[in-house]
Amino acid sequence: MTELTKKTIAEARAGLRGKEFSATELTNAYLDAIDRANPSLNAYVAVTHDKARAMASASDAKLARGEGGVLEGIPLGIKDLFATEGVHTQAASHILDKFEPRYESTVTANLWADGAVMLGKLNMDEFAMGSSNETSFYGPVVNPWRRANGDNKQLVPGGSSGGSAAAVAGWLCAGATATDTGGSIRQPAAFTGTVGIKPTYGRCSRWGTVAFASSLDQAGPIARDVRDAAILLKSMASVDPKDTTSVDLPVPDYEAAIGRPIKGLKVGIPREYRVDGMPDEIEKLWSQGIAWLREAGAEIVDISLPHTKYALPAYYIVAPAEASSNLARYDGVRYGLRVPGKDIVDMYEKTRAEGFGREVKRRVMIGTYVLSAGYYDAYYLKAQKVRTLIKRDFEEAYASGIDVILTPATPSAAFGIADEDMAADPVKMYLNDIFTVTVNMAGLPGIAVPAGLDASGLPLALQLIGRPFEEETLFQTAAVIEQAAGRFEPTKWW
Amino acid sequence: MSKSLPAMTIQDVRTPDPKRFIPGATGDWEVVIGMEVHAQVSSNAKLFSGASTGFGAEPNAHVSLVDAAMPGMLPVINEECVRQAIRTGLGLKAEINRRSVFDRKNYFYPDLPQGYQISQYKQPIVGEGKVSVSVGPDREGRFEEIEIGIERLHLEQDAGKSVHDQHPTMSYVDLNRSGVALMEIVSKPDLRSSDEAKAYLTKLRTIMRYLGTCDGNMDEGSLRADVNVSVRKPGGEFGTRCEIKNVNSIRFVGQAIEFEARRQIGVLEDGGAIVQETRLFDPSKGETRSMRTKEEAHDYRYFPDPDLLPLEFDQAYVDALGRDLPELPDDKRGRLIDSLGLSAYDASILVSDKAIADYFEKVAAGRDGKLAANWVINDLLGALNKAGRDIEDAPVSPDQIGAIIDLIREGTISGKIAKDLFEIVWNEGGDPRELVESRGLKQVTDTGAIEKAVDEVIAANPDKVEQAKAKPSMAGWFVGQVMKATGGKANPQAVNDLVKQKLGVEG
Repeated sequence: MTELTKKTIAEARAGLRGKEFSATELTNAYLDAIDRANPSLNAYVAVTHDKARAMASASDAKLARGEGGVLEGIPLGIKDLFATEGVHTQAASHILDKFEPRYESTVTANLWADGAVMLGKLNMDEFAMGSSNETSFYGPVVNPWRRANGDNKQLVPGGSSGGSAAAVAGWLCAGATATDTGGSIRQPAAFTGTVGIKPTYGRCSRWGTVAFASSLDQAGPIARDVRDAAILLKSMASVDPKDTTSVDLPVPDYEAAIGRPIKGLKVGIPREYRVDGMPDEIEKLWSQGIAWLREAGAEIVDISLPHTKYALPAYYIVAPAEASSNLARYDGVRYGLRVPGKDIVDMYEKTRAEGFGREVKRRVMIGTYVLSAGYYDAYYLKAQKVRTLIKRDFEEAYASGIDVILTPATPSAAFGIADEDMAADPVKMYLNDIFTVTVNMAGLPGIAVPAGLDASGLPLALQLIGRPFEEETLFQTAAVIEQAAGRFEPTKWW
Repeated sequence: MSKSLPAMTIQDVRTPDPKRFIPGATGDWEVVIGMEVHAQVSSNAKLFSGASTGFGAEPNAHVSLVDAAMPGMLPVINEECVRQAIRTGLGLKAEINRRSVFDRKNYFYPDLPQGYQISQYKQPIVGEGKVSVSVGPDREGRFEEIEIGIERLHLEQDAGKSVHDQHPTMSYVDLNRSGVALMEIVSKPDLRSSDEAKAYLTKLRTIMRYLGTCDGNMDEGSLRADVNVSVRKPGGEFGTRCEIKNVNSIRFVGQAIEFEARRQIGVLEDGGAIVQETRLFDPSKGETRSMRTKEEAHDYRYFPDPDLLPLEFDQAYVDALGRDLPELPDDKRGRLIDSLGLSAYDASILVSDKAIADYFEKVAAGRDGKLAANWVINDLLGALNKAGRDIEDAPVSPDQIGAIIDLIREGTISGKIAKDLFEIVWNEGGDPRELVESRGLKQVTDTGAIEKAVDEVIAANPDKVEQAKAKPSMAGWFVGQVMKATGGKANPQAVNDLVKQKLGVEG
């Protein structure tokens, strides 16, 4: 059955339609793989065996009748941030202990409507706050990738969608949902050799997804290849009357964009992304990406996005500010963890002290501080102005005729679990998002696509940034890079 | 909310008037009042969720996932609430802001599930406006017309309710009100007496009832007021104010202001200083007491709610709502004076309450306006007042009063009989026309019968006939006797004419 889990969604789709195997067989193959691997990788925080088998069986019935949706029988992993009815939904936090919603997020409901099968809930950084998946109450996720030097050191899968990326890379689901607030889809995808796309803000409904920073949060898929990402996004995206920030535009057939020539496409190379101390191999990867696109007929244009350097600091004001307010509802009154106290304030304090991890507390404190009377103008308001400028940088580039922007996805490959530098200095951890946050700040779509390996044999990725709602261009261009770079798989050790 | 808003420059638009001064030990004082009125929007669903706003349901019966702040829930603006806010703004002759922004006001409280209230802070939906208020009547029956500035009106969510008396150590939370739409209407500090404040609040309530944007039921919490009170020497600098929170009746507003003004005068006259603070009014003791000082005030960390886009609509939207507004009390009052010929006093009374105005208009339809006004004001309102009842449960309907008036106009009953008939209808109900028949109340217009009665009275009182010849006004005595003899049913005009004719007097 091992081969079944190695199939892409496109391949599995064909196999199911061609009756080569059943959805039940496919699902059982994944459930077996999860049961064997999860003690090592810790990618899942909950595995829904019964639900998965029931859904697969329903899919088989539909497939037998020649019916079924575009994802009929495809087993997926769901990030723990998405509300799934009657199933563990805790944002990998202690404070949502035993929380099982009576509702289903719009994104997952869309997937189930198209026939997908839920395998379980995926580990993540607590409340999506982190870049290494080490802030989860359920412990760190282990990257399926190891360095080629044989040190067997455990590496992080990136974050916050670390469980999603590790599960996809480790063949523990055919594809996964993820979310991206500052890079939480693209950075883990880059660290695991998978493809991750954060669509334009408003493309996927946020309804039923536990909020981190509402103006930045956006759902998207992590998948084995570009085509699978296109297939998944098509199902996940929708306008939603329950989310007034979702956008009423038709969802195109993203898959159809794959294979379209990029001849004449104008690719912008922003000079500000050549940051100080950037490793040579990232620089080389980027040059290689440029060369591939040029060979494919694209026109390469040097551009400037002058406010790039302010993006990360501004992000670490805006995101915590919104988070401090979004997380106020976790107070022990209505659901989740409650630690008794001598009065209501004592109960709040004890519950939140015990229920939130260090990183979440740090961000709630930062957010509370920057919104406080006397600091609001200096921090929050200023950061919003910076955000406007960052957005304008991109708008000007696109107005000048640029179709897509190519940058590195991350400043490095995956690092070790419990990295001492990062533990000692949170800012070092925050720097992981340096190439990805600008995209969230501007609300644009961005895709991370594997482009090579570093000297130690770990995957590295390039990022493509598109115009609003032009995800098709991203799939079209990413497919060209994928074609040139090939695909990357870890050596199975677990 | 004003204490967290950026400081505004306050303009004194009123002229100090000694009749409003409060005498103190060191001379006269003037009270300065501004109000923040919280009015529950009349709408079927809450501001950002589809849950019902019905009053009186079982606790937590009207709670959606959004109202309970479940993880991942998002607010969606209820357009009906937006319409109601715009209509109220138009009724307050205020500027409508075609772009406004919802903000989060952050604080922890068990009956605030989100940990923040969605409100409007720097960019409210309605800007400056004004309200004409009739204060009075005074002892001479005169009303004073004053104009009170409106600073702004914004939309916000109500909180739930904490219930503290159901368990020995715990409190319960009822989220039925959580998320219900409120309009906060902030006045300028233009009020100068408790009577003015009460009249202003009454007028606001009347306007909203006319518009149907708030039912104004203070005992159900649909209308509450935060009252800002300060005192100063007449015409002097504004003093430091205290805010009296959540006063829930018009009478209490008056009491709270009276107490608070005297308290502040006392403090100042004793050489003290007023501490800016929030106070609570205790209706059982009739006093205000400190709740928290400025230093203890929350830092609400307002910021734009990222779940909601700015609220935008075009002028055509506002114009369409404007065209459909009902007649407002000031316009109605003008019409009653101009086209029905009512006195300003009567018109003011009739329009002061939408229910009374509606009642009156039904009575007056196709009838003499002045007569209708007399009957509604003197007879109906008088009887209601005496019985301590509201017009909503008046035992006499507009149709019944109308029928009584018609019977008078037709000459079927006399004015005096009409009063008796009103009393019968009030106590027993029934169709006035049928009652006149069945109880034999019909006025006697048969001149033969009247003549007979006149002749009898004249024959029985020869001395009075002599007197009347010398003093023609004595004819009135004969009329009275005839009316008495006919049980009040004779047509008074006919009696009058016949008496004069028989006595041979002119009058």
